[in-house]
Amino acid sequence: MTLPLFLLVVVAGGLGAGVRFVVDGVIRSRVRTAFPWATTIINVSGSFALGLVVGATLANLLAPEFAIVLGTGFLGGYTTFSTASYETVQLIRQRRVAASLVSGVLMLVSSVAAAGLGLWLGSAF
Amino acid sequence: MTGERPPHLRWSAIALVVVGGMAGSAARAGLALVIPPVAQVPLAIAIVNLVGAFVLGCLYAALAHRGHDDASAVQLRLLLGTGFCGGFTTYSALASDTVVLAVDGAVGVSMVYALGTVLVGALATWAGIVVGTALGRGHGRAVRDGGPA
Repeated sequence: MTLPLFLLVVVAGGLGAGVRFVVDGVIRSRVRTAFPWATTIINVSGSFALGLVVGATLANLLAPEFAIVLGTGFLGGYTTFSTASYETVQLIRQRRVAASLVSGVLMLVSSVAAAGLGLWLGSAF
Repeated sequence: MTGERPPHLRWSAIALVVVGGMAGSAARAGLALVIPPVAQVPLAIAIVNLVGAFVLGCLYAALAHRGHDDASAVQLRLLLGTGFCGGFTTYSALASDTVVLAVDGAVGVSMVYALGTVLVGALATWAGIVVGTALGRGHGRAVRDGGPA
């Protein structure tokens, strides 16, 4: 990776994190439940978008450098594993084991399905 | 004026998250360059997610005794938690790599990778919370005893 490309990835990652923070706040202000809907929506939408990027790159529709900035940078910063894991563990600590399992499994299955759908759509064109 | 706005609509808070997110993304991208995949499994992303989960648990637990009116604690959560750990770890790469592994025929490996990251990640978060709680308690005691804050 060249230095300018690396720096673009870093800037895009910061922007992705900023967008996540705003989207998270907007969803939380509308949906007030202990279930981590905001993080779920963020990670599923980001996984779908990364699937699209990877699919479009495999189909030679997207330059690899652009895919790295968008995928590793922006979407890497936008989606988050640590917060998802923290919220799942917090539910267990509050003795809400069922909600914790549902949130953990729902996020993983929907994110993988969304990434698969994105990959298929991205390479279909 | 700005005090009335929720944090996610305040530029100063967003800037802290962006700066932390840049540092976290740089660390993740850097590690991905130096740690090669093992048997097609993106080892770098797995390590990043597990380490980030531990650090976030540790950070939030260590700051738990400092409330939301404690400005420096709020700033640390935004810069290091939402920003750094959030930007360092990634869910989209986990989901996308799982699909790519499965499409390439390594269905078993992809399931072990995805479920393993989530399960070990939860254990790492838990361990982080335990360590962070001990650190926060020690810090709280030092403050009460008149030691350095």
